Amino acid sequence: MVAEHSVKKNFSVTLRVWRQAGPNQPGKFVDYPATDISPDMSFLEMLDVVNDGLTKIGDEPIAFAHDCREGICGTCSCTINGKPHGPGKGIATCQVYMRSFGEGDVIVVEPFRARAFPLIKDLVTNREAFDKIQQAGGFISVRTGAAPDANSIPVPKEDADLAMDAASCIGCGACVAACKNASAMLFVAAKVSQLGLMPQGQPERDKRVLAMVKTMDEAGFGNCSNQYECSAVCPKLITHDFIARMNRDYLAALFRSNFKPVSGASDGGA
Amino acid sequence: MAKLDSKTPSGPLADKWQKHKTEIKLVNPANKRKYEIIVVGGGLAGSSASATLAELGYKVKNFVFHDSPRRAHSIAAQGGINAAKNYQNDGDSVHRLFYDTLKGGDYRARESNVHRLAEVSVNIIDQCAAQGVPFAREYGGLLANRSFGGAQVSRTFYARGQTGQQLLLGAYSALSRMVGQGGVELHTNSEMLDLVLVDGHAKGIIVRDLNTGAITRHSADAVILATGGYGNVFNLSTYARQSNATAIWRAYKRGACLANPCYTQIHPTCIPVSGDYQSKLTLMSESLRNDGRIWVPKKKEDAKKPPASIPEADRDYYLERIYPSFGNLAPRDVSSRAAMRMCDEGRGVGETGLGVYLDFADAISRLGEPAVRERYGNLFDIYHEITAENAYKTPMRIFPAVHYTMGGLWVDYNLMSNIPGLFVLGEANFSDHGANRLGASALMQGLADGYFVIPYTIGDYLAGQKPGSRPKADGAEFKQAEQNVQSMTEKFLANKGTEPVSHFHKRLGKIMWEHCGMARTKAGLEQALQKIPALREEFQANVKVPGSAATLNQSLEQAGRVADFIELGELLCRDALTREESCGGHFREEYQHPDGECKRDDEHYAHVAAWEYQGAGKTPLRNTEPLNYEFTKMSVRSYK
Repeated sequence: MVAEHSVKKNFSVTLRVWRQAGPNQPGKFVDYPATDISPDMSFLEMLDVVNDGLTKIGDEPIAFAHDCREGICGTCSCTINGKPHGPGKGIATCQVYMRSFGEGDVIVVEPFRARAFPLIKDLVTNREAFDKIQQAGGFISVRTGAAPDANSIPVPKEDADLAMDAASCIGCGACVAACKNASAMLFVAAKVSQLGLMPQGQPERDKRVLAMVKTMDEAGFGNCSNQYECSAVCPKLITHDFIARMNRDYLAALFRSNFKPVSGASDGGA
Repeated sequence: MAKLDSKTPSGPLADKWQKHKTEIKLVNPANKRKYEIIVVGGGLAGSSASATLAELGYKVKNFVFHDSPRRAHSIAAQGGINAAKNYQNDGDSVHRLFYDTLKGGDYRARESNVHRLAEVSVNIIDQCAAQGVPFAREYGGLLANRSFGGAQVSRTFYARGQTGQQLLLGAYSALSRMVGQGGVELHTNSEMLDLVLVDGHAKGIIVRDLNTGAITRHSADAVILATGGYGNVFNLSTYARQSNATAIWRAYKRGACLANPCYTQIHPTCIPVSGDYQSKLTLMSESLRNDGRIWVPKKKEDAKKPPASIPEADRDYYLERIYPSFGNLAPRDVSSRAAMRMCDEGRGVGETGLGVYLDFADAISRLGEPAVRERYGNLFDIYHEITAENAYKTPMRIFPAVHYTMGGLWVDYNLMSNIPGLFVLGEANFSDHGANRLGASALMQGLADGYFVIPYTIGDYLAGQKPGSRPKADGAEFKQAEQNVQSMTEKFLANKGTEPVSHFHKRLGKIMWEHCGMARTKAGLEQALQKIPALREEFQANVKVPGSAATLNQSLEQAGRVADFIELGELLCRDALTREESCGGHFREEYQHPDGECKRDDEHYAHVAAWEYQGAGKTPLRNTEPLNYEFTKMSVRSYK
């Protein structure tokens, strides 16, 4: 088959962008023309061009979060035309290309809005709450140097593959932004499932899920009401099945934590 | 003149690290908590070092400019991590990994460092597996491997095409655990803008909070930089857009030597450039070369034809032809230059003629599309998003792009720079890859430095520092450094220029790529050394930075970084000009064998060039550290 060559023609769009100078400032939508746009430009490259234009006329450029620009770091976070990460499926904002739009389109660009993600400026929000959840339990406690030989812990390929599906989460927060309750269940479930699927993760399995869910609730994320907007916008297509898995883990852990005998042993001795 | 003592331990190569570990000084557990260590950077090296040092009991302060350490650019490494586990029973060993890495680096790295790297590689895999990193596995549940460039064994461990992501998330989980326990104080959105020296020792940093603009001083008993490479000096690269050299450059200006800046890696398999607006080049993992075959048309006139219309007999699988024993898995520098030669001959493909085909037709007919999809599905998806082409049906077009920098701050065997108390880890240092890095070795080095080297070697320095002797952050040196940062910020904002920062970054990138890219000449480098200072003056006079210093101001951040890139670019060209030989990623057209391969000059250039800052406007000093090969013969590197 011959490469899919398309006729490339530049075009113009109008950007309707959320501008907000700071956390406690009023915000509003402002329209900007984006002219002579190549269909091969990425959405963020288009924003770069618009920003250079704003700088030249002495306006402040639009602040937006970005870094790797290859869909893996999870920094970029624009809601485009009402959908976190825009029109594509299974991609982050930085992987949206202008060929998804056409001449004369009005493109509405907003930050990832959620109570637990306070706004910093324009399209940039603070997603520190995700780090706090990880710090509460998103790990296996293994001191550097204390690990056994890697092949002494076999992991069935099916489990390892499923754990990898969950682990591919990039921590962008699109799941939260898409959810009407601003729930972080998909994000937390992905980490809980990854570690819970591996034999290495078993000793702390109960403690982990209880601690992470508690921190999630404290951070101001809402509850899950099973609408699955989260997995629909996830740039890594992480399935909401992991939420069901986490709910099972959570219930079992809650039950066990109430009925578990506690050792009377304490540290110390001769 | 800086004193460059490599502190390489004596004794047989394979015993050096063991011996060194038993001889260096220790800090007793009760004293560890009395020391504070600053770690700048949250990638593989920074996160693993922060976590491990905190586990040992040190008080760690970790600074990252990202909004979370999980976003550091280690996250983007695709293909894998090398380790001499020999799980495949294919003849691998610590010695073979050592030898491949040393040879891959074109005999321009220290033997002792590279051997240590190969030794600890096996511990890294154990550590990561125990953390729950979901490495690829075989049906029996044991770890799978694949091959990478420059090796004839399968020693690369991987997690689909997202190995860097998974290893970083492992290190980040260890770091998060220590943050949760109070062992690490995490400062996100915090960019280091100066290094503070007290009595000649690194004792603190000056930091700008990127969200509020607040500038703060932080003191410590030792400072670790794990801030990555400087490839964005070329503007277009596979680096993240925010990756920068500011931390190492400001340390250089405080007296830390910068070693071998001209050793830059051009990765052969990236998606070609499409236009002037481009901000980023995207890598297609080297692992694709396990199954993809690289070719160009034999005849120039076929270069613009659709690939499917070119019969097998008219295709030149040039890597297989020129390097039969390594074929498509020839090392990166060799493969990149071969691609360049094909394009120079007019046989390059695609609209610009700057591209070669990476073809999976054979692999698909041999293994079936589902098997290829399982191995590389995410890479094919990325390719499709960017080019709108389906690589299962038509070959990918690829072209070399700047990918990694082997040069970096000079460090001794303990990973300490020539400034006492300043340690440098990962890509930010120059230590292990010589003049060219092999695939799947960057992740190995970042984690080796952070998990298994610095936790031992930093004790040797700290044991000589009295507990509690750490200076307070209100001394004159701190005030001066803070003033230095304030004045740079104010100067940018007050400038009455007309052009955005990106304008100058693009122009710098073009100068660097044209004169100091894949092939370099004396005349070209001399031109670059005229053009870059002129660009610097124009930048200072004409850059426009809107907004204020008291909020998030991305133009201001970029201005500081590009100012540093312009200066670093000049040093890079100067280093390339003075190294009158070709080796690894540094190819000088004047020094080549008749077949176009690198011609090293071991008699005159078997040394590290470590540049020392002499003040603004003055030519930096070129110090050298001789590379004494006691155990390996420096031979002509051949992959034929």
